[in-house]
Amino acid sequence: MRAQIAQRTLRTDRWWLPPLTTFVGLLLISIYAAVRTFMGDHYWVDEYRYLTPMYSPCLTEECLPNAAHFGRILPELPGFLTPPVIIIPFLLGFRVTCYYYRKAYYRAAWLSPPACAVAEPHAKYTGETRFPLIAQNLHRYFFYAASFLLLINIYDTAFAFSTGIGLGNVVLLVNVGLLGAYTLSCHSCRHIAGGRLKHFSKHPVRYWAWTRISKLNAKHMQLAWASLIFVCLTDLYVALVASGTISDLRFVN
Amino acid sequence: MGYQGHFRVWRGSDQGGGLEDFTVEVNEGEVVLDVIHRLQATQTPDLAVRWNCKAGKCGSCSAEINGKPRLLCMTRMSVFAEDETVTVTPMRTFPVIRDLVTDVSYNYRKAREIPSFRPPAGVGPGEYRMQQVDVERSQEFRKCIECFLCNNTCHVIRDHEENKESFAGPRFLMRVAELEMHPLDEADRVGEVQSSHGLGLCNITKCCTDVCPEHIKITDNALIPMKERVADQRYDPLVWLGNKLFRRS
Repeated sequence: MRAQIAQRTLRTDRWWLPPLTTFVGLLLISIYAAVRTFMGDHYWVDEYRYLTPMYSPCLTEECLPNAAHFGRILPELPGFLTPPVIIIPFLLGFRVTCYYYRKAYYRAAWLSPPACAVAEPHAKYTGETRFPLIAQNLHRYFFYAASFLLLINIYDTAFAFSTGIGLGNVVLLVNVGLLGAYTLSCHSCRHIAGGRLKHFSKHPVRYWAWTRISKLNAKHMQLAWASLIFVCLTDLYVALVASGTISDLRFVN
Repeated sequence: MGYQGHFRVWRGSDQGGGLEDFTVEVNEGEVVLDVIHRLQATQTPDLAVRWNCKAGKCGSCSAEINGKPRLLCMTRMSVFAEDETVTVTPMRTFPVIRDLVTDVSYNYRKAREIPSFRPPAGVGPGEYRMQQVDVERSQEFRKCIECFLCNNTCHVIRDHEENKESFAGPRFLMRVAELEMHPLDEADRVGEVQSSHGLGLCNITKCCTDVCPEHIKITDNALIPMKERVADQRYDPLVWLGNKLFRRS
């Protein structure tokens, strides 16, 4: 028999603040991403070749011709669907199954638990043993897909330098830097690079990679937030320049 | 300078109990266990508290202070304001024996369920040879003092008593990881960690890491690498497809 303590928690600190902040942060970013996804406009600056990462790669018939760096290889999408719906499942899947985001939304959205040593409201708990949460085990495949899309983002960033250098180039560069750091710091990446090995001494190169990724991995949470927020800021910058609301600050050209 | 501190301590047994208020002298440099001992010496000689080393190395004095799982001997009184009420309760996840002492035998039961270290055939004690670089991952987990604060704070069993049967808790999932990553261990532990020790119940909310007094990165270095190993073995669609195509068992 456990000690009879009626209170859900005896914590006296503001334990509710981190999950609340996480919830509000994720909600605001989700709303922004949904609005921009279904807007279907202001994603390409033709003059400076800026393409927002949210629409990269643009592969369908409705893409602006110059924004489709790899050609409009897919037919026009029906109804209200826009080009990002092709890539969003992979990017979203990578973030949703990410070990950091799992902690974040299990705590903030599902209250399982809301904070450490604070009782959760659910009567039953099966964790990640059953469908649909057992699918979290597919994280590494989303990692592969996200890594491929990151390479395309890097190509877009490099392509934008062909017209000179402006603030937009710097924004795109920082964006791919943060996305790259977040992707490399992924726990699956750490495992694939060397974590799965039993004998590091027999694989010095993979061990070296594992030690470097482990250092990045320690900052996975910070990189997850920084990269997520900066993707939105990058998109916002491109949208503002594309719509003519602001003009790009040019350094060279 | 000393002051009179306000404490609320859970007193009782498995038959029932509750929080009782006390005013106790607190002196500079003291930890919560010092104050509990003073309470015992001056007001409640029958107050039960388990303790041993008073140096954060034996893992005996685990309890909850202001709702947070902590070691009584490693929680300085200076972290609280002088007018703050300090609430001390036993660990919630385990059955209470009396006052601040709980029955942690669940943990010993789980420890026995894990098959012990299995070196290669023909290699006896005293003949183990390994490189430091290969064994240092396991060594991090050897820092564990078995205070069981991680198992206490884990919501899988803290909030769901029924999961105790199938879940070993972070401490013993970490023990499996320690053996799995050991360069000389040859047992297959990956299948069992999911099926017998309940790794799938862990939803990596990291409370075990947060409360570890040895600052072991339980989630990042033990639980997630084990989940990845399970994904290698069980949830890899390419492996699954290969098994189907080539009729491997």
